[in-house]
Amino acid sequence: MILSPWPWYVSGPLIAITMFVLLYLGKNFGMSSNLRTMCTMCGAGKTSSFFKFDWRSQKWNLLMVVGAMIGGFIASNYLGAGQSPDLNPKTITQLEAMGIQSAGKDYVPIEFFGNEAFSDPKVLVLLIVGGLLVGFGARYAGGCTSGHSISGISNLQLPSLIATIGFFVGGIIMIHLIFPLLF
Amino acid sequence: MRNIVFLLVGVFFGILMFKSEAASWFRIYEMFNFQSLHMFGLMGTALATGVILVQIIKRKKVTDIDNKAIVIADKDKSITRYLVGGTIFGLGWALAGACPGPIFVLTGAGYLPMLVVLGSALVGTWIYGLLKDKLPH
Repeated sequence: MILSPWPWYVSGPLIAITMFVLLYLGKNFGMSSNLRTMCTMCGAGKTSSFFKFDWRSQKWNLLMVVGAMIGGFIASNYLGAGQSPDLNPKTITQLEAMGIQSAGKDYVPIEFFGNEAFSDPKVLVLLIVGGLLVGFGARYAGGCTSGHSISGISNLQLPSLIATIGFFVGGIIMIHLIFPLLF
Repeated sequence: MRNIVFLLVGVFFGILMFKSEAASWFRIYEMFNFQSLHMFGLMGTALATGVILVQIIKRKKVTDIDNKAIVIADKDKSITRYLVGGTIFGLGWALAGACPGPIFVLTGAGYLPMLVVLGSALVGTWIYGLLKDKLPH
């Protein structure tokens, strides 16, 4: 049961419960603020006041990060190895036409996230650009999917709804307008 | 002691992101193509549960483990930063197929090219810090 993919109607409420547990522990759910903390730890405070704060106050969230990495390791190795999402057959056909043959067979496209990605300049550029946009966009918007789409909207905050609409506008532009140019 | 609790919450969150497939590039792609209920159901049930839990916190004045009131800080009023920042984030979310949580989860799962995404996400965060005062908020 725990080894098969977890259905969305179980996982969704569990995400909300994770948020609730953090609130009970006196903290707010938000993963992207760890990126800012890590910049501070690397000395970014010398370049911008945005990074001047005591990173130790975020130790709890860094522990969440370490935990999330351990969780990813446990889930992929011991909780049903070889899980691959049961995608819509149309999605698979579309991806195969784009040259992504691992659709329906792997958890993520091995073309992008297998070790062969390191020797493919085009893939490396896509990964770098993707990361830059995620990091920059999350801080500009003041949060990511956990802070805005889950915590913020749960608290009925309008800014979080606007940010989430932005997430979808960006995602739809990428998939429908930019992907056809890339693949 | 509490450090261990945060670590364990993280472990649970990591397993949850992986097993729910919220950390799968394919699921994100499928979502932005509106070809499956999966991600919408995931976010929908998370929100429905989240709204109820937050309402309970507010109405019953639930206190946290240290007996302090639970407050979720209001966010600054603005449209520009949320819409523009959000759109930029969404472009990256669809391209890398991972938001910040899953970036860590997938790194732990052994997909090493995620380290490239993590590194550039740190650079992206840093660039924001440098440009912050020049950007419209």
